[in-house]
Amino acid sequence: MARIELQNITKAYGSVEVMRDIDLTIEDGEFLVLVGPSGCGKSTLLRMIAGLEPITGGEFLINGERMNEVPPRDRDMAMVFQSYALYPHMDVARNMGFSLEIRKSGSEERDRKVGEAAKTLGLTALTKRLPKALSGGQRQRVAMGRAIVRDPSAFLFDEPLSNLDAALRVEMRLEIARMHQRLAATMIYVTHDQVEALTLADRIVVLNAGKIQQVGTPLDLYESPANKFVAQFIGSPTMNILSVEQNSNGIQLKDGTVLQMAGTPDKDSVSELGVRPEHLNIVSPEKAHLSGVAELVEHLGSDTNIHAKVPGVGQVLVRQHGHYPLKAGEPVDIALDLDKTHLFDQKGRRLAA
Amino acid sequence: MRNFGKQSTVAVAGKYLALGFYVAFALFPLYWLAKIAVTPDKLIFTDGTALVPSSFTFENFRTVLLHTDFLAYFRNSLVVSLGTAAITTCIAAAAGYAFSRFDFRGKRLIIAAMLITQMFPLLMIIAPIYKIVAAVGLLNSLTSLIIVYTAFNIPFATFLMQSFFDGIPKDLEEAGMIDGCTRFQALRKIILPLTLPGLAATLGFIFTAAWSELLFALMLINSNDTMTFPVGLLTFVSKFSVDWGQMMAAGVLALVPSCLFFIFIQRYLVQGLTSGAVKG
Ligand SMILES: Nc1ncnc2c1ncn2[C@@H]1O[C@H](COP(=O)(O)OP(=O)(O)OP(=O)(O)O)[C@@H](O)[C@H]1O
Ligand SMILES: [Mg+2]
Repeated sequence: MARIELQNITKAYGSVEVMRDIDLTIEDGEFLVLVGPSGCGKSTLLRMIAGLEPITGGEFLINGERMNEVPPRDRDMAMVFQSYALYPHMDVARNMGFSLEIRKSGSEERDRKVGEAAKTLGLTALTKRLPKALSGGQRQRVAMGRAIVRDPSAFLFDEPLSNLDAALRVEMRLEIARMHQRLAATMIYVTHDQVEALTLADRIVVLNAGKIQQVGTPLDLYESPANKFVAQFIGSPTMNILSVEQNSNGIQLKDGTVLQMAGTPDKDSVSELGVRPEHLNIVSPEKAHLSGVAELVEHLGSDTNIHAKVPGVGQVLVRQHGHYPLKAGEPVDIALDLDKTHLFDQKGRRLAA
Repeated sequence: MRNFGKQSTVAVAGKYLALGFYVAFALFPLYWLAKIAVTPDKLIFTDGTALVPSSFTFENFRTVLLHTDFLAYFRNSLVVSLGTAAITTCIAAAAGYAFSRFDFRGKRLIIAAMLITQMFPLLMIIAPIYKIVAAVGLLNSLTSLIIVYTAFNIPFATFLMQSFFDGIPKDLEEAGMIDGCTRFQALRKIILPLTLPGLAATLGFIFTAAWSELLFALMLINSNDTMTFPVGLLTFVSKFSVDWGQMMAAGVLALVPSCLFFIFIQRYLVQGLTSGAVKG
């Protein structure tokens, strides 16, 4: 069991600082997901936690003890690599039992633990195979098995599902969720897939350019993003961002429309308004805030995505539930759900409504 | 599919024809070597260029083995080649691993220096080497040859080993270290087994290079006791007034260790062990 604390962690490669001011506490048994765009430092952070990458500055604590300089083998963490990193010259059983072999546990105990893990993961029939004779999904399971067998105090995952096809990914996602429920171990999971993040996480950490943007539950991030980056990163399709300014009447869009919003911030720092596609509705012209033309209509079955061009405002994406009978080129009138909009200042910070 | 099969029959035939031609071309000198070796002395010139000798004899082999210093040369060569191959491979493996896995000050400088040593023609440094070896009193010793060969072969062997280590994903040893290995244990239990083909290739390459080296052996050795095989071969020219049959017989015998060596290591060379390590 592990409570992991990062205090003021920084990371530099030579003179290039890639991470700074990382403050984070991961509670015992928590499922924490790190998300962010490519190159933001997710893997680097995970590798620092694992001990594979030296920490440049700050304190790294496990259960209150400073562990900055402790080598990976003494951190009691298991890691599942994106590449799986199975040992090619060992069969499945030995791959899974390797950590126990190194720790000199008895072969009886090893066989039992490997057998149990293989059974849970449906690998029993494959234990004598070499990794090269396995499919991608099976390799992924072996990599998970190798982590489970150790019964570590924390699991680290670096994009473990990104090499799998869509169906298998959903299946393995459930498998990981089940695994977390069963083992109740601390898990830190890196992904750039926000569906994985939103479905698995107790809490999500959004990273950008080596800095934490926001930490919160999936719902927190969806409903009250700390800034424009988080607002646009979480949620699919992406949130619409419209340029606005504040005047005595209220919030004014670039085409002159004034939105009457309750509790508008009194500072005149408002610069942009964000509204999610699902919080826009197609309405009759007299109730509309925005009027434009549908440029592209995507029928997804469960939803319809309407890409509309609104003169003076720009591109707006509207998401309607179910099948919405509209063709490209037809006029659309759109109303905003004013309670669910977000206002951002010039620096992209969200202004509390 | 059937169409594909037909086409490929022609392609396969063509491929084998080309391969066969190449093999015949490459092996012909060896065949000639063997042919002269088993041709009785008096027939060498009368047979001329006939592909098959008109009679066979193993007399040449018998003479070479029993009445010349061939066995001593052979032993010397074996000592020098095995010594060089073993020492070079050990050093090159360690250096190659460091180059592949670590960043350290002066790494680029060392690599550059090693590359530069490969640019000089050996002839240029024969005299200085001779002086150095003479000064430390190692002339006419097999040790001097081992040292000199090792020094010459290390840069190339190091780059060879580095490329083998580069081919092994870093993830593997990191996984090992997370699984509880020290770096050294990860090297021994995970990386080493995967590098066996590379080690075998390097060993084989260095062994053959040392086995056939003539220039330095000729310069540094002139006592009959410590002559290596290529130098010894030259004695057939002076002592027996170019005894072709015996010289060729000795040559055939000299091929034996190289062949044995490659038969021994070839299973490592062809093992594609790393496949399946990472996603595929
Ligand atoms: N060895 C290195 N030397 C210099 N810079 C590095 C090194 N490794 C990573 N970086 C830099 O650190 C930053 C973070 O890299 P990291 O691999 O953590 O990104 P990531 O969030 O995992 O991206 P991805 O989603 O593509 O895997 C990147 O800008 C990268 O260029
Ligand atoms: Mg990464």
